[in-house]
Amino acid sequence: MVDDRDTVRRANDAAEALFDGTCAGRPLAEVVPDWLLRAHLAGPGARAEAVRGPVGDRTFEAHPSTTDADGSVVWWLVDDTDQVLAQRALRLERERTAFLTQASNRLLSSLNLDRCMDATAQLAAEHLADAALVVAPVSGHRLPAVECVRGGSPVRTLQIADPHEVPGLGEALQGFPPVPSRWIDPAAAPGWVVPEGFGEVGSIVVTPLPGHGVPAGALILLRRTGGSGAFSEEEEVFARLFASRAGAAMSAARLYAEQSAITETLMRELLPPVLHQVAGMEFAGGYRPSQDTERVGGDFYDVHPAAGEGEASLAVLGDVCGKGLDAAVLTGKIRNTLHALLPMADDHQRVIDLLNGALLNSHHARFATLVLASAVREEESVRLRLSSAGHAAPLLVRADGTVEEVGTSGTLVGAMPRVPTRTVGATLAPGESCVLYTDGITEARGGPLGDAMFGEDRLKAALAECAGMPAEAIVERVQMLASQWVGGGRHDDMAVLVISAPKTAPQAAPRVARQSTGARTSESEPSSKTARPLMNSRTRGRLSA
Amino acid sequence: MSQHTAPDHTDHTGDVDHTGDTDHAGGPDQAAGPHPPAVYVAQLWDAVAAGNEYAATDIVLTALDAGLPAEDVLLEVIAPVQAKVGAEWAANRINVAQEHTATAINDRAVAALAQHSAIRRSDVGTLRHTAAQQETARRAARYAAGHAVTCTVPTARTRPDAPAARGRITVACVDGEWHALPARILSEVLKLRGWQVDYLGAQVPTPHLISHLHRSATHVVALSSSIATRLPTAHATITACQATGVPVLVGGAAFGPEGRYARLLGADAWAPDARAAADLLDADRLPGPLHGHQPMDDLPHLADQEYTMVARTHAELVKATFTGLEERYPAMRTYTDRQREHTAEDLAQIVSFLASALYTDDPELFTGFLLWTAGILEARGVPAASLHPTLDLLGEELRDFPRATRLLSLAADALMSR
Repeated sequence: MVDDRDTVRRANDAAEALFDGTCAGRPLAEVVPDWLLRAHLAGPGARAEAVRGPVGDRTFEAHPSTTDADGSVVWWLVDDTDQVLAQRALRLERERTAFLTQASNRLLSSLNLDRCMDATAQLAAEHLADAALVVAPVSGHRLPAVECVRGGSPVRTLQIADPHEVPGLGEALQGFPPVPSRWIDPAAAPGWVVPEGFGEVGSIVVTPLPGHGVPAGALILLRRTGGSGAFSEEEEVFARLFASRAGAAMSAARLYAEQSAITETLMRELLPPVLHQVAGMEFAGGYRPSQDTERVGGDFYDVHPAAGEGEASLAVLGDVCGKGLDAAVLTGKIRNTLHALLPMADDHQRVIDLLNGALLNSHHARFATLVLASAVREEESVRLRLSSAGHAAPLLVRADGTVEEVGTSGTLVGAMPRVPTRTVGATLAPGESCVLYTDGITEARGGPLGDAMFGEDRLKAALAECAGMPAEAIVERVQMLASQWVGGGRHDDMAVLVISAPKTAPQAAPRVARQSTGARTSESEPSSKTARPLMNSRTRGRLSA
Repeated sequence: MSQHTAPDHTDHTGDVDHTGDTDHAGGPDQAAGPHPPAVYVAQLWDAVAAGNEYAATDIVLTALDAGLPAEDVLLEVIAPVQAKVGAEWAANRINVAQEHTATAINDRAVAALAQHSAIRRSDVGTLRHTAAQQETARRAARYAAGHAVTCTVPTARTRPDAPAARGRITVACVDGEWHALPARILSEVLKLRGWQVDYLGAQVPTPHLISHLHRSATHVVALSSSIATRLPTAHATITACQATGVPVLVGGAAFGPEGRYARLLGADAWAPDARAAADLLDADRLPGPLHGHQPMDDLPHLADQEYTMVARTHAELVKATFTGLEERYPAMRTYTDRQREHTAEDLAQIVSFLASALYTDDPELFTGFLLWTAGILEARGVPAASLHPTLDLLGEELRDFPRATRLLSLAADALMSR
C-alpha cells in the first residue's frame, strides 16, 4: 500500500520477501523497480490497467487498486513467470516451426544448386544470424560461396581460399567423420568470412550441411557484437535442424546437376542440328518429339556440307520405327554411319546398301525409312538428286505455287537383305524449295472436329501457299499447321527439312513481282475467301502486337 | 524501292562522310547523324513487303552505322514494321505467305543486328572503327542473317553504367505461341543492356522450360504470348516457373489491355513492350514469387467447371455448331471440302476464345475477339452478320452454363450495336 506521498505504508510478507526486507516507511522509489514506479507515478487516470515487468529473475503482473479515502494505492503483485516463460517458449516454437516449413518449401522448390545456396543463405540470415555464408565443397582451387547479410540479397562469390583457415570448416566440408557445429573465435577467422561493412563480429559458428550421404557444404553464421548475443545451445541445435534440410536440398540439386550434365553430354549428338546456309543454298529444319518432356525421338535429319567447290552437300531426313530414347539412340547410330559414308555420298544406292548392312548386323530389331538428298548450287539454281528408302516422297514447291511429288521410291532399311532404290533428279529455280518430312506430320490426328488425319493433301495445299518463302519460314509454317492440327492431343515425332534455292539479288521491281505471285496463289484457291461465312483466323490468330 | 547498295563507311561515329547511299529517297545527310526512325521504318517495310532480305539487312546496318542506337533500331524500326505486317495481313493487303516471309526477313534483320552489335562490343575502348573493321562486321552480320537460329553472342559491357556481368534471364514463348519475334527482340534488347540471355524461342513446352530453370541459375523468366487462347497454358507455365522459385515477367497482346490478365494469372510483373520490360529489369530485381500461394485463389470462378466443360467438349461443340450452320445456311451445303474445313477451323477458334474468356471471367476478351473477327471478315468482303447464327447455335449448346450464356449474349449485343 502506497500513500499519496509515494511512500510505502504497508507490505505483506510476500512483498517483504520479494523486495529484500523492510519496505514499510521507505519511499516507493527505493523499493520497487523502475517499471512499477513509473506506472505508479503516471497518476490515477493512467493507472487503471495492470502493468508487467521483471523483479529479479522472475516476472510479475501488478494490478493497482485506488482507495477512495486518502488517495493511497494498493499494488497487487501476481507472479506470472511460468506463464510468460511458457508463452514465450510456445511463440518461439511456433516461429521455428513456421520457419522450418517456410525453409522446406523454399529449399524443395528448386533443383538448382545456386538457387538452393541463395535460399539457404537468405533464410539463415533472416532467422538465425546477422549474416550467413554458405560454402560449397571445393571445386578446383576455389571455394564457391554465397553470403547474405540480414535484409540484403544473397551475393555469390568464388573465394581463392583454403577452407582450413577457418577452424572446423575443412572438416565440415569433408562431411566425415561427422563433426558438430563449432564456435570459433572471431579473431581467428580470415577476412573473407566476414561480409564487407558488416561491423565488429561478436560470434561465429560453423555448421556442416549434411547431404544425401555426401557433404553438401557448410553454413557459417555470424552475429555482431552487442546484437542478439552469442548463439545459445538451443539456437545451435535449431541451426542444425535447418542445416540438415538445407544440406539435403543442396545435395539433391547437386545430384540433379550432375545427372543433367551427363544427359546433356550424351544427348548432344542426338539433338537435331541447327541448320543454316550451306554453299549458297538455304537449309532449315524443325523437329518436335512426340513427348513434350523429351527433346529427342525417332525422327532425325542432318546436313553435311560439301567437301569441296562444285561438289554436292548431303541432306538426310528419316524416321526410325519406335519413339523415345531407344529410337533416338538408333537415329544417332544411323547419323554416325551416314557421316562415315560421306566420301561415297554421290552414290545413293551404295550408301543405302551399306547402311542397310550395318543395321541388319546390329542387335537392334528396328528398321528405318529415310530420304537422301544431294544438293549442289549451279548458277542461280540448285540441282538435287533424291533417293527414298521406304520414306514419303519429297515435295517440290515451285515458284508458281505448284507442288510436285518427287517420284523416288525404295525399300526401308534394316529389314531386307536387298534394298533397291530409285534416285530421281530435280532442279530448284531461285525461290523454289524441296520439302522432306516424316509421317508424324501427315498422320497427325486432330483438326477442328478432333478426329481427322492431317494427310498429304492438306500438306500439299499448305505448301502451295508457301511459294517463294524462305526455307525457315516454310519449316515454321508446316510445324505450326501440324501442331495446331493436333492441338493438345497425342502425336508422333514430327520432322521437316527444307532445302531452298535462295532468291537471287533483288530484282528491278521486286514488289510488283511479289504481288503478282500473291495473286496467283490466291487464284489457286478460287472463291474460298468470299464464300466462307467466317474468317481465316486459323492462320496466326491475333497478329497485332 | 530499287536495289540498295551498301554505303561505303569510313567511320561509324557519324562525323565522317557517308557515300553511295543515294538509293533511298533522301539518304542520310552527311555528318548529320541518323534519320529519324520513321524513315528507316518506311524503307524496311518496303524491303520486307518485297521479300527482299538483302535490302532489309542493309537498311538495319545502315541505321546502325549512321549512329542510331541498336536498341532504337530494334524497338523503333523493326518492331513497328512487324506490327505493320500484322496489320496489313488483318486488312487482307498481304497474304499468309507474304506475312511469313516478312516475319522471316525481319528475324534475319534482328540476327544481323545482333551480330553487328556483338562485333562492335568486342572492340571495347576503340571508338573509331576502320573501314576494314566495318566491312568485317557487315559481312559477319550478313552471314549471321542467313542462319536460322541465333548465334550465341558473348555478353559484354555496352553502356558505361551497365555492370560487366549481370544476371541471367530466360526468354521464352508460351507453348503453342508461334510469334517468336517479340521475344527475340526482347532478348536482343536485354543482351544490349548487359544481361545474359537464354532465348528458348517459339512454343516452348512447359517441361522444357522448367528443366532449363533447374539447370541454369535464371533470375527471371520473361514469357511472351500474343494470342489470348493461350492464357490457360500461360497460367500453368507461370505457376510452374514460380514453383521453382523464379519470378515471371510476362508480355504480349495475350495479356490484355494494361496487362490485366497478367495480374489475374499471378505473374510477378507485366510490361507493355520490350523497352519497358528491360527498364523494369534494370530498375530492380523482381521480388521472388510468394511461396504457398495457391493459383486457384486467383480464379475462384473456375469452381463452376464451365471452362473445363467447354475446353473438354471443344470438338463436339464445333461439330454441333457446324451441323447447325449447315441447316440454317443452305449455301454451306455446296461448299468444297476445303471451304468446309476453313469454316470448322474458324468455329474452333471462336470456341477457343470463348473458353479463354470463361477462364479469365472477362466478357471483353470474347467480345473483343468477335469485333476483331468482324473487321477481318469485312476486309475480306464477307458480311459480319454471318457471326450471329454461330453465336445463337453456341448459345443453344451451352444453355445450361450461365457464364457462357452471358458471354455469348454480350458479344451478340456488341456485334449488333457496332
